[in-house]
Amino acid sequence: MTTKRAQKKSSPAVTSITQKTRLSGAEAPRFEYAPSVQSSDFVQIEKRNGLFIGGKFVEPKSGRYFATINPATGEKLAEISEASADDVDLAVKTARKAYVNVWSKISAKERGRYLFRIARLIQERSRELAVLETIDNGKPIRESRDVDVPLVAAHFFYHAGWADKLHYAFPGQTIAPLGVVGQVIPWNFPLLMAAWKIAPALACGNTVVLKPAETTSLSVLRLAQIFQEAGLPDGVVNLVTGAGATGSALVGHSDINKVAFTGSTEVGKIIARAVAGTNKRLTLELGGKSAHIIFEDAALDQALEGVINGIYFNQGHVCCAGSRLLLEESIAKDFIDKLKRRLTKLRVGNPLDKNTDIGAINSEGELKKIKKLIQLGCDEGGELYEPKTCKIPEKGYFQRPCFFSNVSSSFTLSRVEIFGPVLTISTFRTPQEAVLKANDTPYGLAAGVWSEKGAKIHKVAGALKAGVVWANTYNKFDPSAPFGGYNESGWGREGGRHGLMAYLDVK
Amino acid sequence: MRSISMTDENGQALAIVAAPIDEVGATERAQFFTTRSIKKDSKVHALYLAISMCDLTTLEGADTPGRVRQLCEKARHPVPPDIFNEAAKLKDFPPIPSVAAVCVYPAMVSVAVKVLAGSGIHVASVATAFPSGQSPLSTKIDETRYAVAKGADEIDMVINRGAFLSGDYQQVFDEIAAVKEACGTAHLKVILETGELGSLDRVRLASEIAMHAGADFIKTSTGKIQPAATLPVTLVMLQAIADFYHKTGKKIGMKPAGGIRTAKQAIQYLCMVNETLGAEWLTPQLFRFGASSMLNDILRQIFKEATGRYYYDRVFSLD
Repeated sequence: MTTKRAQKKSSPAVTSITQKTRLSGAEAPRFEYAPSVQSSDFVQIEKRNGLFIGGKFVEPKSGRYFATINPATGEKLAEISEASADDVDLAVKTARKAYVNVWSKISAKERGRYLFRIARLIQERSRELAVLETIDNGKPIRESRDVDVPLVAAHFFYHAGWADKLHYAFPGQTIAPLGVVGQVIPWNFPLLMAAWKIAPALACGNTVVLKPAETTSLSVLRLAQIFQEAGLPDGVVNLVTGAGATGSALVGHSDINKVAFTGSTEVGKIIARAVAGTNKRLTLELGGKSAHIIFEDAALDQALEGVINGIYFNQGHVCCAGSRLLLEESIAKDFIDKLKRRLTKLRVGNPLDKNTDIGAINSEGELKKIKKLIQLGCDEGGELYEPKTCKIPEKGYFQRPCFFSNVSSSFTLSRVEIFGPVLTISTFRTPQEAVLKANDTPYGLAAGVWSEKGAKIHKVAGALKAGVVWANTYNKFDPSAPFGGYNESGWGREGGRHGLMAYLDVK
Repeated sequence: MRSISMTDENGQALAIVAAPIDEVGATERAQFFTTRSIKKDSKVHALYLAISMCDLTTLEGADTPGRVRQLCEKARHPVPPDIFNEAAKLKDFPPIPSVAAVCVYPAMVSVAVKVLAGSGIHVASVATAFPSGQSPLSTKIDETRYAVAKGADEIDMVINRGAFLSGDYQQVFDEIAAVKEACGTAHLKVILETGELGSLDRVRLASEIAMHAGADFIKTSTGKIQPAATLPVTLVMLQAIADFYHKTGKKIGMKPAGGIRTAKQAIQYLCMVNETLGAEWLTPQLFRFGASSMLNDILRQIFKEATGRYYYDRVFSLD
């Protein structure tokens, strides 16, 4: 045994320890982190995945399948069913039947119990869900494990509590569920977006047909297994997988009472047009170009972490990403120097490595789009900084974290959503100018303000036209906090008491 | 941004600027380092490094020449080489290094110097009326000179918290500058005693004063007050060091002391240094641990890495 170990240890890597620990003045100290890869072989993935309709996994009537790939390797993970209009129709009919016969008949307390059960099962299977999310989406395991999955469970717990207390949310008013809701979610937080959609819908007494994004269906389908395990009545939640055509069939179906969509502003507008003239309710959570304002009197080292978290969290695939950094001119140079140094410490690579800070871009198409916009930023005269020391894997879709300084509001990069790890930096001189610049956007999803002066924060936050304003922090989510945007960032709110309104008829 | 006007040791005007600290953000960032997963070769590397950065310390009223001598032996050989080789049966794991320094009261310096002669291990001495610092400056200077004269090449002084908390920052500055002068060529570590300062803003301010007044190292605690070293306090001090370096080009060392008991904690601190200041700070010249009980846990972990199993505690001496 000992001999075996000794042989194993006589690798060149260990020999180098001798040199490293000699600590002579001549050799520069180093500290490399060895790969610490989360095991993934315990997560079984079906080669072919059906649709989830009526509590069962069924083959698509279309008979068509498409591949879902691991963006970190470019390899195919599994085949996913492509739901046709007929499949969607079946799912909606099933949801309607479940609504009429079961879900609208049981007590609110009973609904809450199902949600509690689902929440607990999510916690029990959290590692499996985190690994699956990371494999299919590309996000670092540290984030799926510590942020996504705990928030998913939190959303079900939170709404489980509301189910039998809805009358207290709207005292003196009459409330009723809407019926069948059609939901379409994006690929950046597949499980979390499913939770944001499904949990309030069920708590309020609706049944659901949900379509995950075509590149990230696996974790949502795993959620269906949890619904089965929790004994959720058949047909209360149905999942139809597929791309745009499937989504359009769902949104256009005549027997749904509400459409909830999270995704790009472009698709949001198409959906708004499709729903216009019907009596369907609509909530949209769309894009953003959120401003992150740092005043000279901010706690700069902490603000720096806020900026990092704001734009590089989840590879920047965050609708509320703090993608426009506005620096008070007096501190701009120092802050940009700090940011440069900090960027060299970010670790890009295998999303399953527990030490990875930035994982893979979700798809080849997204990576191309990001690269194109980076090129455009250079052409427009922005100063690009990309840490040269940052190594990225040869296979898979990866983008180094980067930023553009010297950016004006009139640059394309200041106005369009990049949806990647690319930050733009401009400067301002006064709080008034900061507000003006922050609001100078077609969007209005979120904003961040950093100052150690409380009065200034309140004044500025009040003037910002953004659905969420974070003060001295960024990207903090809680099921009790309503989330949503101004202008092209969307209609309606999700989460909290406000979020319930989107799934209830309140009279 | 807090700016304090004072005069430096040459009578020149000096403005000390202390960046404000957001406690919530600093604590959150510090906690991040507890999620780093350091395994295999990098773990072994970190463990060896941590031993070489250790300041073994005995600071008790009951310290005797015998006790100090025994601690010095432990410092030279944290574990007897024969035992390590026998246990690990390894040819490729390097010998366990000696620690960086032994830290004792001035009266014990000569004992330590004698035992450690030729070992390359530094002899550090607390001076300046450790741990309270409540003595006249003249006494503090005398004590420092005495320790240096007896052969201490590192002095761990305490700042005057009485002066600091009453707002007399000039007094704090002057005492550090005076002790620095008394040190001569000996390295000066300035203990802020962060557990008595009350906020991270004050930790940052005290760090700035110490660095401007001539500290070679800044150090969290005496070990006599709780809380001693914590990750957030250390982070704030490391960030102060980073800003000072980028402003002046001077590299100041850091020493968290007290409360670091396990190898796991030691690795978290090393990750924090690595990602805040960079790997160039990962040498005993610029980073130390004021920790004694941590050493045996590190040894236990190295034995585990070398042999694949945990050893019985009693393999490692208690000194």
